[in-house]
Amino acid sequence: MMDINLILILMIFGSIIAIETKDILSCVVVVGVVGLFQSLAFLVLKAPDLAIVQLVVEILSLVILLRVILRKEAPEPQHHPDYFPMVVGISLAALVLLFVYPIIHELPEFGYPIMRVAKEYIETGMKATGATNLVSAVILDFRAYDTLGEAVVLFTAVCGALIVLRKTGRKKSGESETEA
Amino acid sequence: MNKEPGMTLIVKTVTRLTVGIILMYGIYIVLHGHLSPGGGFAGGVIIALSFVHLMLAYGKEAALKKISLPVASVLESIGAIMFISIAFLGLLGGYFFFHTLGTGEPFSLFSAYTVLFSNISISLKVGCGLFLVLVSIALAGKEKKK
Amino acid sequence: MTYFLCMIIFAVGLYAVVAKRNMIKIIIGIMVMEYALNMLFVLFGYRQGGRSPILERFQEIKNIVDPLPQALILTAIVIGLATTALMVALAVRIYEKYGTFDITKIRKLRG
Repeated sequence: MMDINLILILMIFGSIIAIETKDILSCVVVVGVVGLFQSLAFLVLKAPDLAIVQLVVEILSLVILLRVILRKEAPEPQHHPDYFPMVVGISLAALVLLFVYPIIHELPEFGYPIMRVAKEYIETGMKATGATNLVSAVILDFRAYDTLGEAVVLFTAVCGALIVLRKTGRKKSGESETEA
Repeated sequence: MNKEPGMTLIVKTVTRLTVGIILMYGIYIVLHGHLSPGGGFAGGVIIALSFVHLMLAYGKEAALKKISLPVASVLESIGAIMFISIAFLGLLGGYFFFHTLGTGEPFSLFSAYTVLFSNISISLKVGCGLFLVLVSIALAGKEKKK
Repeated sequence: MTYFLCMIIFAVGLYAVVAKRNMIKIIIGIMVMEYALNMLFVLFGYRQGGRSPILERFQEIKNIVDPLPQALILTAIVIGLATTALMVALAVRIYEKYGTFDITKIRKLRG
């Protein structure tokens, strides 16, 4: 109970540092640190599957962001600070917290979940599917429609990225073919 | 020294030693997804990371020589078709995604055949998709420098 | 208490999305919001003194944490990576066209 609170507080500080730092490179590195803290928190919360996935995904997203950052040659523009978006952002965040605070008291207490659906999965999962990793059994057998939707979304995102980043643009009728 | 693409000699040597181990670890994670933590998603990303590791150390051409872009896209499609055909095999037992392939004996490697084959197809799909995205981002950067 | 700390992380990410001008900072804000939501779902499924949902040989099935939120979040993390890659691709395209990551400059250049 106490250790998860400590990790969450560290994650809050890490995300504030990641957002407020001027240097973009250190920004991206600090976001990687926040992701590693989240992987640690998943281990504490007894979710080793999620810890492995979070660790690996964090490394890959860090590589993707670094490839973009290191290519940037333009200097950081020195503009005077603009206070209007800052005030709007802080007030919006405070509003969200204000609305969330009464809802949290309605939730079941931390550490005592209501497991109406999952009870059946836990009891019959191994006999029905033969898989001893219950998360795999749920994700690929009981709720495989979820994974099918995930595959569609992943395919769409990959297609979008490939189309946005393609090298040869569409040829208009008047232009020569060697251009672009 | 700067004529060759990629990083320094130290990085290249370490990469040559570790890239096979990383790929093998990814395949292990995929195949043991129904017994221990891991599964198709984590294993697929680890397999993609092994090729990304090769690409960062040796330059893009070395990684594209191992697995070219058409091959990667065909592998991704094979993953999708495998997953859908597993889903349609379930129709034999009654409904979509029913586990008709049998459960086997628990706690052994070849058990829970539906989950096992689904893990393999998902890992193909995730790994090849993320590799394609990263290669395309890297290639776009090369275009800009001209 | 624990849930509220999680929502504070979400609010920090929301502040970054609304107030920052740099596109990379906005992408980072969206990533932080994703972290907070994934963490919240896993916190819902935690049971005091529970054990992980990996069964062992000859183990009685008792006192296991909820595997359902973990299964949902497992797909959400990978989708988050794919959408982050899509956003980064859009940012690269905009940088190639306008030469800046600043969103106010882009609006000025449009005329």
